Amino acid sequence: MNEEGNKPGQSPEEETMDTRSTAVTRRQFLIGAGAGLVVGAAATAGLQALQPAKPVEQAKPAPPVQQPAQPAPATAIVEPVSGAKLVKLNVNGLDYSLAIEPQTTLIEVLKRDLGLTGTKLGCNGSMCSACTVLVDGVAQNSCSLLAIRESGKKIVTVEGLEQGGKLHPVQEAFWTQMGYQCGFCTPGQIMRAVELLNKTKNPTDAQIMAHMSGNMCKCGAYPNILKAVQAAAKQMA
Amino acid sequence: MHKFAYYAPQTVKEAARILSKNGPNSKLLAGGTDLLVQIKEHVKGPAPDYVVSVKNIRELHDVKFSARAGLTIGAGATISETLATKGVQEHFPAIADGTAIIGSLQIQNIATIGGNLCNAAPSADSAPPLIAYGATALIAGPRATRTVALEDFFTGPGKTVLKPGELLVSIHVPTPPARSGCQYVRHTPRAQMDIAMVGVASFITLDRKGRVADARIVLGAVAPTPIRARQAEDSLRGQEPTADALRAAGDIAAREESPIGDVRGSAGYRRYMTSVLVQRTAQAALKQAMR
Ligand code: FES
Ligand code: FES
Repeated sequence: MNEEGNKPGQSPEEETMDTRSTAVTRRQFLIGAGAGLVVGAAATAGLQALQPAKPVEQAKPAPPVQQPAQPAPATAIVEPVSGAKLVKLNVNGLDYSLAIEPQTTLIEVLKRDLGLTGTKLGCNGSMCSACTVLVDGVAQNSCSLLAIRESGKKIVTVEGLEQGGKLHPVQEAFWTQMGYQCGFCTPGQIMRAVELLNKTKNPTDAQIMAHMSGNMCKCGAYPNILKAVQAAAKQMA
Repeated sequence: MHKFAYYAPQTVKEAARILSKNGPNSKLLAGGTDLLVQIKEHVKGPAPDYVVSVKNIRELHDVKFSARAGLTIGAGATISETLATKGVQEHFPAIADGTAIIGSLQIQNIATIGGNLCNAAPSADSAPPLIAYGATALIAGPRATRTVALEDFFTGPGKTVLKPGELLVSIHVPTPPARSGCQYVRHTPRAQMDIAMVGVASFITLDRKGRVADARIVLGAVAPTPIRARQAEDSLRGQEPTADALRAAGDIAAREESPIGDVRGSAGYRRYMTSVLVQRTAQAALKQAMR
């Protein structure tokens, strides 16, 4: 772990992600990003996804499709992957085939390539958990996962919680209990709480605090975060 | 992030071959919670051009326990997977003491014990309890495998006995004998998400008469590598484990270390806390041993 703690301000990566000009169209942005192209359902993707010239965005949400487990290739892979590789991800119920370079982290794919800016990049180093998303139901720091290692996984971000225009009980509770001040850590806090309440009905305060302990809140909104998780737990019991 | 080529071998042999072919320019990637930060921030030298993932190497992910054979932790198994394995928390409580405090739960879902050891931070929390339990490390190279005692695994901050082309395959921990106990406690300025200022693991076995048959005291974060406090251990062997004997052992242990002073605490405070923690952990180990 980094010895020095957080840097003031954000990394250059983050700046380019979030301050991108609105004059750039989504299409240009997708082409410009190069690394990740949003392609329709897995079957149609093929190697075309590697051609930056033809990005296709999936028009309407497909029902979540279970990805068949990738059969292990008979012979071991001895050649390294350098340059973009086709990676399949299910994000918030949509299947994507994306051309991703090995050094790309999952949060970069989510924010830069898929435009899902709800997930926040804080420390970019496994210290703050602002970037928490669910990977196959388990809360993980998306800044610390290489996207190509998560191929075939189901990812849920804060954008994926709302169902049919209705907020998830945890989102609702953070709102009604004011479980935030600036809100930067909130998407991560919410994802972490969702993981807890999916697994544990009626958690004790001690369980909640232990479970949430890796999620830093620089505003120190902890008392209200606790209240929000308690309220959501009641709703979900 | 720095661009690198990515290998995903499926066997240990192949990983070793790739590592030896690419030399120091290649790095093994387990959970990535340390390595990715090192690559992003260029700490610990230039970023590697080749990253070799252990994710597809099945045998590295196994965690196996039986009372007879002991515990084997694959170097690629996550902390969460290890702690969820039947028998671990019951027979090796100090492993839980040392690993359930590494980073956050999010980190424990990704990070591996093998990675914590190979990263070789003097403060690595998994090392003192494993050494105290008498763990050994299985190491594979392109041609052969070898086993070293975990206490001999570390050679300096960030340095291990691993030679270019070698990788850690697993850690083996023998099942503790009857009338034994072990506890690890680390001292940090804050309760969560911190790095040890001092970490102490004490392992004690009693004989039938209640005297100390064996003791292993391991100190973390107070020397370039985790160290055994051998003189302190010797002072306890054959003795009644009285409060006075434990206090004396704590004071001896504090003289065996070579702590640095930094933002987390001065060298003097580290020594003082070492003495305190040796007494506390030995007390707790005794309690377990007398159950
Ligand atoms: S951004 Fe801080 S843990 Fe990922
Ligand atoms: S609400 Fe501001 S960081 Fe948590």
